[in-house]
Amino acid sequence: MSLDRLFGIAGSGLAAQSVRLNTTASNLANADNVAASEDQLYRAREPVFAAALADHWSDSGGGVEVLGVVERDGPVRREYQPGHPLADAEGYVLRSDVDPVEELANMISASRSYETNVEVLDTAKQLLLRTLRLGQ
Amino acid sequence: MSYRNNLDSALGVHADALQLRARRAELLGANIANADTPGYLAKDLDFAAALRTAQGSGALERRHAAHLAGGRGEAGSPHYRVPTQAAADGNTVDPQIEKGAFTENAVAYQVELEFLGARIRGLLSAIRGE
Repeated sequence: MSLDRLFGIAGSGLAAQSVRLNTTASNLANADNVAASEDQLYRAREPVFAAALADHWSDSGGGVEVLGVVERDGPVRREYQPGHPLADAEGYVLRSDVDPVEELANMISASRSYETNVEVLDTAKQLLLRTLRLGQ
Repeated sequence: MSYRNNLDSALGVHADALQLRARRAELLGANIANADTPGYLAKDLDFAAALRTAQGSGALERRHAAHLAGGRGEAGSPHYRVPTQAAADGNTVDPQIEKGAFTENAVAYQVELEFLGARIRGLLSAIRGE
C-alpha cells in the first residue's frame, strides 16, 4: 500500500521546511549582529535539501532530507563606527551579511511549502480512512 | 479457476486502478515534498498507459508447481515531467501543477473506492441472497 508511505514523504517535507523556517528565524534574529573578528561574526545560514531515495522502489517517490545547514561565505560588511566597543584599531566593526528582504521572501516560500505538505497529509488521511470503510 | 480469479473478475478494473491511484499519489506527494530541493526532477505516472500495462500483461500462467508465481509486471514506469518554467537550481517541480494533479488524483481515488464499494456490496447481497 503506497498511500501510507505518503505520510512519511509529506512528513519529511514538513520537517525540512521547519528546519528552513528555523534557520530563517535565526538569520532574522541575528541580522544586526556585529563582531570584532570574522570568526566570531554571525553568517547567514541556509539548509541544504536533497531528495531522499526511496528505500525499496527505485522509481517511486521518496521524501526530502536536510543534508545540513551551511553558512554563507562571501565578503562581510565592514562599517566605520569608531565609538563602537567592538571596533578594531582602524575604527571598523564587522556586520553580519544577513539580507532581511531575502530572509522574508525565504520565510514566505517555506511557509507556503509547509502548508502544501499539510494539505497532502490531510488528503492522505482522508483517503486511507475512506479505504478502511470500503464495502460498508 | 480459483476463488482469487473469480474475485478479480468481479472487482474488475477498479482494484488495479485503485492501486495505481495510490502509487500516483505517492509520486505526486514526493514531488510536492521536494518542491524546494535543488536539482529534483518531478515525476508522474501516465495513468492510462500504466493501467493498460497492469491489465494487459496479467499474471504469469503456472503450469507446474515449481514455476515461479510472477507478478503483474511493472505497471508502467513513471516519467519525468516536462518543466513549464525552468528554475535556476534545476528543480522542475511546479507546485501549482503538482497540487492540481494531486487533488485530481485524490478525487479519482475516491471514485474508484465508490465503484469498488458498490461491487463489494453487490457481492455481499448476492451471498446473502437478499
